[in-house]
Amino acid sequence: MSEALTQLAIDFSLLSLFAFGGVITVLPEMHRNVVEVHGWMSGAEFAQLFALAQASPGPNILIVSLIGWKVAGLAGAVVATGAVCAPSSLLTYAVSRVWQRFRGARWRKVVEDGLVPVTVGLMLAGGYLITLAADHSVAGFAITAATVAVVLTTRIHPLWLLAAAGLLGLAGWV
Amino acid sequence: MTEKHPASAPSAGELFLRFTQVGVSGFGGVMPWARRMLVEERRWLSDEEFSEALSLCQVLPGPNIVNMAVCVGTRFRGARGAMAAFAGLLCAPFAIILALGALFTQYGELPAISAAFRGISAAAAGLIVAMGLKMAASRRLRSPMAVFALAAFVGIALARLPLGVFLLVAAPASVAAAVWRGR
Repeated sequence: MSEALTQLAIDFSLLSLFAFGGVITVLPEMHRNVVEVHGWMSGAEFAQLFALAQASPGPNILIVSLIGWKVAGLAGAVVATGAVCAPSSLLTYAVSRVWQRFRGARWRKVVEDGLVPVTVGLMLAGGYLITLAADHSVAGFAITAATVAVVLTTRIHPLWLLAAAGLLGLAGWV
Repeated sequence: MTEKHPASAPSAGELFLRFTQVGVSGFGGVMPWARRMLVEERRWLSDEEFSEALSLCQVLPGPNIVNMAVCVGTRFRGARGAMAAFAGLLCAPFAIILALGALFTQYGELPAISAAFRGISAAAAGLIVAMGLKMAASRRLRSPMAVFALAAFVGIALARLPLGVFLLVAAPASVAAAVWRGR
């Protein structure tokens, strides 16, 4: 395996086990690794890949596939996706085999209560960092803010917001 | 694990097929589609069983929806079922996203495309901020525990600490606080 592939495998399999509350919570760490530590792409490119993943069907974990692909082609995409899924999936498989025993277990609720605040903080950190990476103009920040407001106050499907923002960009407003 | 529906337990092929459908249905979040398929359409799980499986998948690390596929696959067909559901969920969206990535590399430099993507990136960032705010508002974030949310934001977004280092300290501390509060 090339150096980049090995690095992708190591980075993303560690992320797999740190990703409590889903992949968005490890977005800041991905950004740190990919942009700051390894310099595989710029912050703006990272934000674009993220936007592409959001606008594409399927689990949003697939941002990882795009990162792997950008770094090392198809092999990179396969390695990164496998690495981010394998450790947590093996753990889930092991736990699923015995999970009936833990039904309603008190420790499960306590662990969840403990992890939720950290998860929320990580998600907001991800939003903050991706906003700084994506927006380079007042109009950009305005679109981000408007999206937040619309999502919080209506039940409109997010895809419409991405489409509307794309049109605003196309019209040269961003 | 007990095989609860031996008569109606889906085959590995069926798991693959249904999770493929789930995988390509959702934009920016597939879990609602998984729930619809598992509980309402196929009735492989009851509402309660789904909620239980979901909370398990959220407590375990890793992408929740991938955990859900593995969990459901394991429940009905063991390791084979887990692999079938996993592959079903990811294969088609993986191919689609790489195709989009290739198109983007080819045409992303075009002024029109890059202009559109400046807008889309801005909105995509807003979706994440909103999701975080929604969780903060809804998920029993009682005031003393909110300290850990603040610590996570400051530590990761502002101080840019490595996640592993941060979690090794913050996760046990936060769980310990939850235990202490629960007594």
